[in-house]
Formats: sequence, structure tokens, C-alpha cells
Amino acid sequence: MFETPDLECRDISKSFDDFKAVKDVSFAVPPGTFFSILGPSGCGKTTLLRMIAGFQKPSSGDLLIKGRSVLDVPPNKRQVSMVFQHLALFPMMNIGANVGFGLRQRGVNRADIKRQVERVLDRVGLTGVADRPVDSLSGGQKQRVAIARCMVLEPDVLLLDEPLGALDLKLREHMKIELKQLQAEFNTTFVYITHDQSEALVMSDQIAVMNRGVFEQVGTAKELYYEPSTAFVAGFVGEANKFRARVQSLDAGVQMVTDQGQVLHGTAAGKALAKGDAVDVFVRPEAVRLSRDTALNGNAGQGRVENILFNGANSQLILRDQTTGAQMNVALPQTGEFRDLSVGDTVHFGWEPAQTRVYAGD
Amino acid sequence: MITREGMVEKRGVGHWFTHLGLIIGLLFIFFPIWLAFVASTVSQPEIVRPPMPLLPGDQFFENYRKALVSGVNAPVAWMMLNSLIMALGITIGKIVISLLSAFAIVYFKFPGRRLFFWLIFLTLMLPVEVRIVPTYEVVANFGMLNSYSGLIFPLIASATATFLFRQFFMTVPDELAEAARVDGARPMRFFWDILLPMSRTNIAALFVILFIYGWNQYLWPLLITTDPSMNTIVMGIKQMFPSGDDIADWPVIMATSILAMIPPVIVVISMQKLFIRGLVDSEK
Repeated sequence: MFETPDLECRDISKSFDDFKAVKDVSFAVPPGTFFSILGPSGCGKTTLLRMIAGFQKPSSGDLLIKGRSVLDVPPNKRQVSMVFQHLALFPMMNIGANVGFGLRQRGVNRADIKRQVERVLDRVGLTGVADRPVDSLSGGQKQRVAIARCMVLEPDVLLLDEPLGALDLKLREHMKIELKQLQAEFNTTFVYITHDQSEALVMSDQIAVMNRGVFEQVGTAKELYYEPSTAFVAGFVGEANKFRARVQSLDAGVQMVTDQGQVLHGTAAGKALAKGDAVDVFVRPEAVRLSRDTALNGNAGQGRVENILFNGANSQLILRDQTTGAQMNVALPQTGEFRDLSVGDTVHFGWEPAQTRVYAGD
Repeated sequence: MITREGMVEKRGVGHWFTHLGLIIGLLFIFFPIWLAFVASTVSQPEIVRPPMPLLPGDQFFENYRKALVSGVNAPVAWMMLNSLIMALGITIGKIVISLLSAFAIVYFKFPGRRLFFWLIFLTLMLPVEVRIVPTYEVVANFGMLNSYSGLIFPLIASATATFLFRQFFMTVPDELAEAARVDGARPMRFFWDILLPMSRTNIAALFVILFIYGWNQYLWPLLITTDPSMNTIVMGIKQMFPSGDDIADWPVIMATSILAMIPPVIVVISMQKLFIRGLVDSEK
């Protein structure tokens, strides 16, 4: 990729008094990318976004938009637009006035504003609503107006601060797809921050997982899900069964003993391990196979069904290992084979060592 | 919005007692006004001779014409104009200054922000009556006695209105200010295009309260207007009372009183809807 990135952060940091909210974060977002920053609340992602928007000044580091440093550029002069968490549509203006607000500030003449507003509303699928009040729209439509208000200014980078957070679940699912389509339609670089992993996984070209002020891993959704490079990412992205264990041998994969005494085989990820190290072991619920009668290969055991969390295609079993007493979450296969399973039944379970990811513990 | 249906839906005896109480209360307030109105429609001898008439007489036009055109010291129409200019000046001045100072205090960080905030707060403890002597001195030295500016300026600073707007501005989400900023708006643009329209109901509520406050000023105009042509109507009524043995022209005085009540009533009625909204929805 030899293009100038739309947005680039170089060793950017932000401290509040003695608390360091963002620590030496570096990344580059190539043009036209949907880039998400995913992290738990308080991880510094909002601070990072506000620095990009210009509301906060980094304590150190540099910030470049289209290759030019913008550290000394105030927010109203940056080629950056932002969709806020609660959208921040101006309540006393109609939709057209909201969308045209930024153009009016730039002194564009009335006729051009009207034309551009209509065109951008058209593109977000809201034709002919310019004269209606903001309150006459549904949540999803307001979202689109908020995006139209930003896109009409043709920013280099559009920042989105958890804009789906205030919507109900059904609408949120729908808006995920719509946002992705809008991004493709405008072909603008989106920087999207969220704590909701499914939003990030579904929409993004690139995701950065942020924790305690640093980027733990940057990659595609698939990379983060299947090859998390740190224990935090493995635990935060997707669901996982987590065990604590100690390394016994490192010949042919990692052999280790869990705190409950079970011997497991796994694949080392992230930092190199040494014999005797404390490790965190992660196994995805859908990696675990079930069987009623025959014992399974690999890391295996026999467990009692403690609970069935029925949730359609995302149903899960909670098993209690009969020898170690460890708890396992197992995705319930939807082939129908285990439909009549009930609490108290005993099943065999097992998973491949290749699906067992081992990280150096702390 | 919370509706008070629970209170209105009360039926039976309590219902009637509520109404009875309200009607009695209303009569208490209404009766003196009615008397004043009756007195403004009869002739001087009829008032002086007991018992006082309780039904309007036939002198309505005569008395009101006399009051409006000639009055006692100055024509009432002239005094009403003075009052109107003073009340509007105070109201608009207070609202403009309060809006701007609240805007500064809430949205800007500047050295001494807290100091200024507390200075404004301090003026709450110093109403006109307390600082009347030094204020008079200042106004007299500026040569503003017997002038509209002398009537208006000393009463314009308002801590109450500043606080009201400050509280309101603090409920306006920061996101709006930030959104305006990313869209390229400068602070005063944000003030004009977004904050001001949003404060509409609050401004209306304050307008009503402050207009009545301005209209009802008595002590200050009494002190600084010695020229009858600068008298305001509320103090003018008192000036109509004879000193010594002259006979008071009661029908004209009463007509003046009734006239003095009309503008505040018009303001309240015409802005009633906005006024109530401004007091009730503190948040949007």
C-alpha cells in the first residue's frame, strides 16, 4: 500500500494529571477503509477519537491527515467530520438546515446548499425530507441524517463515536449493514469506535483492539477472531472458555496442566513460552465437539449438562467436567442431534489442540 | 411531560370544595379591581357620596379620555409610553446581557471565570434598594437624571436571569457544541444558530417575568425622574394623589390604575403558552 494514509497517528499519547489515557499509539488508515477501534469502556478510545477530531490536544506524538500534521489545526478547520453518540442533530432546525449547517458556515450560496443537501439526502436514501423537523424521523433515519450532515462536507475522515449505542437491538443489527453500505457508497475513510465487538467485526476492514491506552492488536476481523495475538484480544473478541494452566513440556506443541489438574495440548500464540510458565488457555465454544457415546480425541473429557442457554442458533450448553470440575461453555450444534439433551445428562466433549490457544499469563 | 390528571380527576365533594375555594379566592382578588373599574366610570360626586356604587356608571369615556389626554400632572398616555420604554429596555437589556454572560461562563474557559461567576452571584445580595444611594450618585454624575437611559441601565444587570440561562445551557449536550464546531461554526454562530433558538421558551418566560418587574418599578423612577414628562405610570399614580387640601380626582386616578394594569395583562396572555413551557420543560 503506497498511498498516503488518510489518517496517521505516530506515537500519540494523552495524559490527564497522573493518568495516561492513551500510550504511544501508532497506526495508519489507508483511504476508503472502515477502521474500527474496539475496546472496553475506559480504554482510551474516546480520548483517541477526540484527539483526532481536535477537541483534545495530544500530550506527545503526531497526527497526520492526508499526510499533513494537524496538531495546530483547530477542529473547525480540520478535514474531519464526526457522528456523535447521540447524533447531536440541532433540535430547532429542520433536516435540510441540519444537513446544510456546515455548508452555511463555509459561506456556500443558498442555491448550492439546497442542491448539495438534496443530493446527499438522496444518497442516504432520504429523498424529499429536507423541510421536515428532525423529530419526525425514526432512530435509524436520524442516524442517516447525522451521516448526511457530515458527508455533505466531503471530509477526508469521518469519525463515528458509538453512534449505534442509543438504538434498540433490532435497529442496531439493521444499521450495521446500512453503515457498511453507506461507507462503501461514499468511499470515505471511517474511523468507528465501539465497545460492541459484533459491530466492529461485521463492519470493519481493519479493527484495532484497544486496552488500557494501547493497541493490543490491529487486524482484520478474521485475524482477530482466529489468531488473537494477546490473551486480552482472545478473551475480548468473541466468546471463549478460559483456563489457567502451567506449561509441562514444549515438545510438539504445548503440553500443560490446568489448575484443576487436567492435561491439555495447545498451540502457543503471542510471546514465547518456557517450561513452568503460568499460561492462559483459550478455547472457543464452537470449537468443542460433543458426542453422546464415544470418547473424543484431542483435549477431551466427559461432562454433565448443568444448564442449557437456548438462544436459537446461538444456543449454548454449560458443562461441568466430571473429573476436574471445570466449567465449559459449548456451542450447541444446530444439526438437531442434541435437541433432546436435558439438564443432568452426561456427554463426551473434546477439541483439537490446534484450536487451543496458549498465552503467557501474568 | 408529567400531567396532573390525578389532581384534576378528583370527583364528588372534594371537587366542589376545590372550586368553591378557587371562586372565593378569585373574588377576593377580583373585587378591588372591580371597585376600581366602577370608580373609573362614575363622576367625582358619586364616589365621594356613600354608599360606594357597585355598578358601572356612564362616565367611562369621559374619565378615560381625561386621563389619557390630560391626566393630573402629565397625560397618562405619555406616562404609559415612558413605562413601556423603561419596561422593554430593562427586559431586553437583561435578557441580552444574561444570555451573553451565561454563554461566556458555560462555554468558555478564561482566567477569572470563577471570579466573575461569583461577582455576578454577589449582585443577588445587592438589590436596587440596597445600593440606591451610590447608584443615584453615579447616574446623577453621568447626567442621566430624567432620562430613559437613567431609568433603564441601573436595573439591567441580572444575576437571576444569568443563572437561569446558565442552568439551561448546562443541560444542552456538549455534543451539540462540538458538532457545530466540527462543522466549522465559530462560537457566536453556535450561539445564534443553535443556542438562541433552543432557549426560545426560557427567553419567553423571562420576558414575561422581567417585563412585569420593569413595569412595576416604583422607587427608582420616583427618585430619578423629577420632570413629570418622564414619570412612569406606576409612580405616576401615586403622584396624582393631592398633597394638602386639594381634592383627589378619583375617577381619573382609578382610570389610570386600570390602564396601568393592561400592558402586563396583554404580555402575560399573549405569551402564556411559551411562558408555561419555559417554566415546565427544563430539559429538551
